[in-house]
Amino acid sequence: MQDHQTVAIKGIKEGLLIALSQTEEWQAVTADLAARIDQQSAFFNGARITVDVGSRPVSKHELMSLKALLERRGLSLWSVLSDSDTTIEAAQALDLKTSTRNVIPGRDTSEGSEVSPEEDGTAGVMIKRTLRSGRIVHSDGHVVVFGDVNPGATIVAAGDIIVWGRLRGLVHAGAHGDESAVVCALDMTPTQLRIAGYIVTSPPDKHRKPKPEVALVRENQIVVEAWQY
Amino acid sequence: MAAKVVTVTSGKGGVGKTTATANLGVALARLGKKVVLIDADVGLRNLDIVMGLENRIVYDLVDVIEGRCQLRQAMIKHKQFPDLFLIPAAQTRDKTAVSPADMIQITDKLRPEFDFILIDSPAGIERGFRNAVASADEVLIVTNPEVSAVRDADRIIGLLEANNKGPAKLILNRVNPDMVKRGEMMSADDVTDILAIKLIGIVPEDEHVIPASNSGVPVTLNENSKAGQAFRNIARRLTGENVPFMTLQESGGFFQRLARLFSGQGE
Repeated sequence: MQDHQTVAIKGIKEGLLIALSQTEEWQAVTADLAARIDQQSAFFNGARITVDVGSRPVSKHELMSLKALLERRGLSLWSVLSDSDTTIEAAQALDLKTSTRNVIPGRDTSEGSEVSPEEDGTAGVMIKRTLRSGRIVHSDGHVVVFGDVNPGATIVAAGDIIVWGRLRGLVHAGAHGDESAVVCALDMTPTQLRIAGYIVTSPPDKHRKPKPEVALVRENQIVVEAWQY
Repeated sequence: MAAKVVTVTSGKGGVGKTTATANLGVALARLGKKVVLIDADVGLRNLDIVMGLENRIVYDLVDVIEGRCQLRQAMIKHKQFPDLFLIPAAQTRDKTAVSPADMIQITDKLRPEFDFILIDSPAGIERGFRNAVASADEVLIVTNPEVSAVRDADRIIGLLEANNKGPAKLILNRVNPDMVKRGEMMSADDVTDILAIKLIGIVPEDEHVIPASNSGVPVTLNENSKAGQAFRNIARRLTGENVPFMTLQESGGFFQRLARLFSGQGE
C-alpha cells in the first residue's frame, strides 16, 4: 500500500471513510484512490463512502468526477467532510451529506514508549443482532457479531471476525492482506470464508455437530480447527 | 371495531402469497369476521381471479387513490360471504401509482368497519413491497421449503426489522411430508432454524389448490383438502385462538412444534 500518504481508509459506522491528502495534486490523489480501489475491489465492494478532503477547496465539477469514479467501481459517494466552504457548497449542490471534519479522530501518531497499565485494545465494531441476507458490514478493524450471520450476509474486515452464533454467510478477514487474521464462530459453516488472499468453502456435511471453531492461515492455506480454550 | 391490518408477503415470487391471502380471507369470513382484502400488486393483479371476482371489477385501488371513485365503490362483495370484500389492484398501471401514505390513508378509513384487512403484497423488496407493509400491524411471510425462497424471506425479515415492523410470522407453504421424511426437502425446523421467527402455519403440498384457484373457489372451502384445513387453522390462530399444528407425519416434529406454539418462540 504505497499510497497511504495520499489516501487513508478506515471503517466507520456509516461505511468507509476515505481521507484524501490536502497537499498533493487533486488529479494525483484521485488516481491513487482509483488504483487503491481496483487493487482491493473485494474490500470496497458495495460500500458507502464518506470522503474527507480536509481544508482543500473542491469544485462541484471535481466532486462530480470523484462521484462518477466511485460509481464506476460500484461504490456510492454518500458524504463529504471538509473545512472549506467551497467544498461544502459544492457537495450540497450535489445532494451529498456534509459535515466539518473535527468529529473525525486522526490517525494514531503518539509514540508512547512508556508502559501503561491501561490496555488500549484495538478498534472494531460490535453488532448485537443477527445479520440477515443482504446485509453487508465493512470494517477497517475487527468485527464481532453477537448473533447469527445468515446466508447472503457479508462481513469484510481488515482484522479478525468473531461470530458468537452461527456463521453461514460470507466473511473476509484480513481484507487488506493480513494473513494473521482469524475467523471464529460457535458454528462454522460459512458460504465462503476468505482470509487475506485465500478462499475456502464449507464442505457439505449434514451430520456435523456444531462446535466452536477458528479458521486461520497456516502454510499457505486456510485451516479450520476446534477452538482451544 | 378496529381492524387488524395483516400483510402477506414473501420476497420471492410464486411461493403462494395470493393463494394464502385468498384462503385466509375466506377462512376468516367463515369464522364470522368482517374482512376486506386489498390487492397491492398493482400492474399484475391476481387476487380477484383466485377469489372468482374478476368479472365484477368496475373500480380499483388506483381509481380510489386518484379520486375517480369512492372507496366503497371499489369494494367488491364476495358471492358467498356478505362480510368479505375485495379491493382489486389496477392492471394497467405500475407500483408508483400508489404510495405508502396512500395505503395508510385507505386502511385507516377501513379500520373502523372491519375485523381484518388483509393486504396481498407483490414479490420483491421495492416500492410495491413498501406500499404493502406501510400500514401493517402484523406481517405474515410466506415461504416454501426451498433454499432460494428461505433466503429471500430472510432478506424481507431483515427489512421489516429495520423498519420496526417485526416480529413477522411465518407460513411454510407447499411442504411435502414424504420428501421431508426422505431428507430431500427442508423441514419446518430447518427453515425456522435459519429465519428464527415464529411459525403460524405449515401448509402441505396439495393437488386441490391449483384447480381451486383456477376456478375462483379458494381451497379452504373444500373440506377434504389438507391445505384448506391448514389455512383454516392459520385463520383461527390469527384470531388469537390456540390451535395445535396438524400432524404431517413429519419425523418427531409435532411435539416440538406444539411446544413452540405454546412457548411462543421468536427472536
